[in-house]
Amino acid sequence: MAKITVHKKEPFLRIAKRDSMPLWQSILIRVISVVLALVVCGVVIYLLIKVNPLEVYKSMVEGAFGAFKEDYKFFNRRTWITIRDTMMLLCIAVGLAPAFKMRFWNIGAEGQILVGGIATAACMIYLKDLPPALLFICMIVSSLVAGALWSLLPAVFKAKWNTNETLFTLMMNYVAIQLTSFFVAMWENPFGSNTVGIINPNGHEGWFPPIFGQDYLMNVIVVMTITVGMFIYLKYSKQGYEIAVVGDSENTARYAGINVKKVIIRTMLISGAICGLSGFVAVSGASHTISTSTAGGKGFTAIIVAWLAKFNTFTMILISLLLVFLDKGAIEIASKYDLNDYVASMITGIILFFILGSEFFVNYRMIFRKKNKEVQ
Amino acid sequence: MHNNIAVQLENITKTFGKKVIANKDVTLDIRKGEILSLLGENGSGKTTLMNMLAGIYYPDSGHIYVDNGKDELEEVSICSPKDAYALGIGMIHQHFKLVDVFTATENVALGLDKSIAFNKKQIAADIKAICDKYGFKVDPDKKVYNMSVSEKQTLEIVKALYRGANILILDEPTAVLTPQETDMLFEVMRNMKADGKSIIIITHKLNEVLEISDRVSILRKGEYIDTIQTSEASVSILTEMMVGQKVTLHIDRKDPENTKERLVVNNLSCVNKYGVTALDNVSFTAYGGEILGVAGISGSGQKELLEAIAGLQDTVDGSSIEYVIPDTEERSQLIGKTALQIKDMGVALSFVPEDRLGMGLVGSMGMSDNMMLRSYRKGFFFTERKGPKELANKVKDNLEVVTPSITTPVRKLSGGNVQKVLVGREIEAAPSVLMTAYAVRGLDVNTSYTIYNLLNDQKEKGVAVIYVGEDLDVLLALCDRILVLCDGKLNGIVDARTTTKEEIGLLMTHLREEEQENG
Repeated sequence: MAKITVHKKEPFLRIAKRDSMPLWQSILIRVISVVLALVVCGVVIYLLIKVNPLEVYKSMVEGAFGAFKEDYKFFNRRTWITIRDTMMLLCIAVGLAPAFKMRFWNIGAEGQILVGGIATAACMIYLKDLPPALLFICMIVSSLVAGALWSLLPAVFKAKWNTNETLFTLMMNYVAIQLTSFFVAMWENPFGSNTVGIINPNGHEGWFPPIFGQDYLMNVIVVMTITVGMFIYLKYSKQGYEIAVVGDSENTARYAGINVKKVIIRTMLISGAICGLSGFVAVSGASHTISTSTAGGKGFTAIIVAWLAKFNTFTMILISLLLVFLDKGAIEIASKYDLNDYVASMITGIILFFILGSEFFVNYRMIFRKKNKEVQ
Repeated sequence: MHNNIAVQLENITKTFGKKVIANKDVTLDIRKGEILSLLGENGSGKTTLMNMLAGIYYPDSGHIYVDNGKDELEEVSICSPKDAYALGIGMIHQHFKLVDVFTATENVALGLDKSIAFNKKQIAADIKAICDKYGFKVDPDKKVYNMSVSEKQTLEIVKALYRGANILILDEPTAVLTPQETDMLFEVMRNMKADGKSIIIITHKLNEVLEISDRVSILRKGEYIDTIQTSEASVSILTEMMVGQKVTLHIDRKDPENTKERLVVNNLSCVNKYGVTALDNVSFTAYGGEILGVAGISGSGQKELLEAIAGLQDTVDGSSIEYVIPDTEERSQLIGKTALQIKDMGVALSFVPEDRLGMGLVGSMGMSDNMMLRSYRKGFFFTERKGPKELANKVKDNLEVVTPSITTPVRKLSGGNVQKVLVGREIEAAPSVLMTAYAVRGLDVNTSYTIYNLLNDQKEKGVAVIYVGEDLDVLLALCDRILVLCDGKLNGIVDARTTTKEEIGLLMTHLREEEQENG
């Protein structure tokens, strides 16, 4: 029988899932991706502004950790601000971790931060005459409750009627922003400025107290406590175990007699509460004011942090630091070389693209035509 | 030379990951105007092989030749379903690929060229022409969500024909059909064959193979065994080719001793989540010290029955499930109790779903953490890890589970080992009622025997074992009594030692007359 070959062509590229990969290899891939990102950024920078990329990278480091002068001290003002922002991002990411581990896509951290912030600001304004310890307890409790309540609604709807939590939590963000505008108008100070201004600028009531003379050491203590606590909660507690089971397979959870609805609501309350507490850290520990930009997109950035860290709260520390460093560095080079913010965003974007892209190569392998050569 | 071959597969190999070989060196041809059965057990690689023809997968190695319309075979590469359609190959998958909110016409129009896609009148007329030609019944304006399973399947076939498919692949088409619908399907298949189309039907039902096909190709564990003329085939020849040797099951079945009432089910009815009556007035008694088999076509209410007993399925008022507590011989009503309470009373359920993991195991966790699923509630706030770890090691040793370590995610284990972990855990909980569903699904013979022996051990210990299975040979050889479900109704309980396969087969497919009158 006649068999003819006319236009036999194998697909140029096929993609197959990897079984598994040794740890060193996956780390290597990620390191390579960062190096590649820096090279690409360097090329882009050079093409745009004809400056030695190494100089640019140096300014990025300086942007995050202070200028390298002769009497350089690591713990300078800039470093502390980087630490402060890292802690803020970390706190939100830690708050998202339980929800995401349960495969509940809480993208409403923005809103939960804002309501937590409003609650904190309200305590600072109306209860400033209380003894400091009592005032702090009020701020903490009210911000936790506010965040939890904000997440309760989507959680209940998800548990009872299986509504889409992504849309629901997202829409709650906009409600929270409007609510914040309302309170900003109410607490306006000075009149006509359309801002709340620094709350309690003289007595510093409700401000995080400096420890060893450092304004932001308290932030580190608070957030690290939550980070360690969440790690233990997720890894060693019964509730953490239930979260993992529900996240992997609701059917299995049902078969094991786990009350899935209860777990969804409980976990989401915890997630929202910690995001609310981030609002407390933001208002009481950093800006000492409240505005619609108090969350400033960190609720979304934290999603990247939580995912890249695979919900391991300790890995989140590193990733938060990396993202904040990129942000600070990008702002610095934008101002130093007289570029606008978009260049900064571009650089951050390129680096994130490579880091996220590396996950693909960790999970999949590519098979090219004919040669069948695997590309790592 | 006249070429009567429509498609030829040559030395096709496909692997998933490094371990799973789905197809190995398969060479097969499909002639023009014939119905070819592709026969094999679950997991023998039938669907994978056909998916490569349909452009879902791409073979790792091997060649595919398709007739080019000039009586020549031409080597082709099929990279996507679109390529497959261009070559006249259409596949009807087990899970239909239809858009629920669209009408039949709109579903056919999907993916067509823009020039025709919006001319719904024309498409509807074409659909009607196809229907008339082959004897289909399709209402072009009916929305898919209003269609029965059979109607959806018909629509899928029409869709493939509309796109000019000359080679049709049907993946287990009868699994979801009633006998009448099956007859209708076979009728149109014969019409299509008469029109010169080639049809491949994937199945593991021997009677259908004999009824409909011209030739049968057999796959076993991913390898091609042989192709024979259906006229020369018989059930025993095909079975032998399918499973390797004549099925002689040597399951060591002891006579039940000291049987005691353990579970008394009365008038049990359930409505499933689609509002359909899934179980209709089922009454039976399960005894400790015996294995009660449950037979039925898939979806006859087996799942609902087990889940109702386990407290996972709501029951209709008037249903009663009484559990006789072993120590006190006291009767306790299970309906109204939570799944957890029932589990704690000693009723264990291991249900092996199609994906093997979804019910009962957590894929991303290791054996040890999976053992914890039963015991994690012990202790205060923190999980207790030592017990589950010991249990995992015990199960691993006793059942010879092959795993690098008890912390390796069970998702990475092979199917058989996953099932050992699941069944092993339930047995270790020392239940007094052990329900297993599809415990040997997709397992090789040796592993299956391990599981049968485990179940027999439990029976000897006085446990009431309820075994839901697919394979009638196994049910006959393993169980003491067999309960047959048909369309949610209890259609008879037979003695496994005296009954025949034919009797059970009949009970599975035809409601007894008195049942029909009552129902």
